[in-house]
Amino acid sequence: MDLTEPIVELIRRASTDLPADVEAALRAARDREEAGSAAASTLTAILDNVALARARSQPICQDTGTPIFHIHYPAGTSAGKLRAQAEAAVVEATRRAYLRPNAVDSITGRNSGNNLGIGFPVFHMEEWESDLLEIALLLKGGGSENVSIQYSLPYEPLKAGRDLEGVRRVVLDAVHRAQGEGCAPGILGICIGGDRSTAYTYAKMQLLRPLDDVNPVPELAALEERLLRECNELGVGPMGFGGKTTILGVKIGAAHRLPASFFVTVAYMCWACRRARMEVKNGTVVYP
Amino acid sequence: MATVHLTVPISEEAVCSLQVGDTVYLSGIIVTGRDAAHKYMVETFIRSANVPGSEQALYEELRRLLAGSAIYHCGPVVRQREDGRWEFVAAGPTTSIREEPYQADVIAHFGLRGVIGKGGMGPRTLQACQKHGAVYLHAVGGAATLIADAVKEVLTVYKKDEFGVPEAFWVIRVENLPLVVTMDSHGRSIHEEVQAVSERRLQQLLGVSV
Repeated sequence: MDLTEPIVELIRRASTDLPADVEAALRAARDREEAGSAAASTLTAILDNVALARARSQPICQDTGTPIFHIHYPAGTSAGKLRAQAEAAVVEATRRAYLRPNAVDSITGRNSGNNLGIGFPVFHMEEWESDLLEIALLLKGGGSENVSIQYSLPYEPLKAGRDLEGVRRVVLDAVHRAQGEGCAPGILGICIGGDRSTAYTYAKMQLLRPLDDVNPVPELAALEERLLRECNELGVGPMGFGGKTTILGVKIGAAHRLPASFFVTVAYMCWACRRARMEVKNGTVVYP
Repeated sequence: MATVHLTVPISEEAVCSLQVGDTVYLSGIIVTGRDAAHKYMVETFIRSANVPGSEQALYEELRRLLAGSAIYHCGPVVRQREDGRWEFVAAGPTTSIREEPYQADVIAHFGLRGVIGKGGMGPRTLQACQKHGAVYLHAVGGAATLIADAVKEVLTVYKKDEFGVPEAFWVIRVENLPLVVTMDSHGRSIHEEVQAVSERRLQQLLGVSV
């Protein structure tokens, strides 16, 4: 089965619409801000923009980001063919202006023009037991990527030790440092542990979780709730104009680490948290 | 906080009447330019002894376009119509602070009255705004379709093949582009003020005395 066209549709959905939970969180944030404030008018503009993008099937944000694919496939599926189809879909989605050409040669500065390049787009592919094929896509923009940060604990400047209190301290610092530059109000995907590279991968995977889910690990669920409240006490506000809403959600995962290392990795996602998912079973494609 | 409608060319008097927090609706011809464009302008026009012959025409054109106008830190998604004309599909701002090493020189050299972007800029740009009569105008980051709606016409594009679509100089006519003044010509910056507040609250949350 050729999945090129269904994946183009997946990309269109990700780029031109927000998940319902994110839009609901933005609406709740707008209602919390003082009427007439820069924060409230900014959130109103954001919500108007989302509605307009959806109605016109146009990108929510011009920075359509790095396309990050997480693919789980059943035994017997060719990962190579899937990847080729996803790449063809990325090229076609770029041609239809669902994606901006975003892959730049780091030596020459040349833009490849079709979103293909070395390590671009990003693929995480894994065979699993299920007979379902699942493709999750995250479009992560550059502004938010640039304010993402990795700490190595203990981190003396913040008195952050190798425990959950240490995690709390560096995450608050990360949100303060980011100010409005990651397009606040943002969403935090956090990984405790891992090595330097897997940590970012796991941190970004947290961004695929719906905002209203509850972390199955009670300590992490409590920390997520506390950090969400405290990040919003920083007062950075939408776009850094000041206000009550700096962060819409905090999602934390943990990975095993070396005895010598304790990384806390914060993947900052802008308010335009563009994630979408498709499933294929017995030749039928659904976008749940 | 006032709401002001501004039209290019913007006078020094108009720009100096703006205060941080004011909402501005901007109309007229402006130019997009981001990382490659700023590096190019500074290296080729401003800090070089003489402008190469091949770049002279573009230099004159940019001087004419930018005087009294604004540069917009934006890498748009564009579409080419069947008649060959371009349209902006999505056109939100990109993070401005990357242009901090260049912006003050570009304001001074080209006589800009406005810099449009997101996230604000640093002390050198704030000083240049004070010295030369300019403001930093914040667009809503990510509100790309809404902003593209305010772009009524794409007049032309320069350096598209060399810099790529997002980095090119797009000359556009906007109507009522919605912006907020976050750095004014009197030395005030919302970004500095919010940063100071969040620094204080961070210290409180971390239990460090202030």
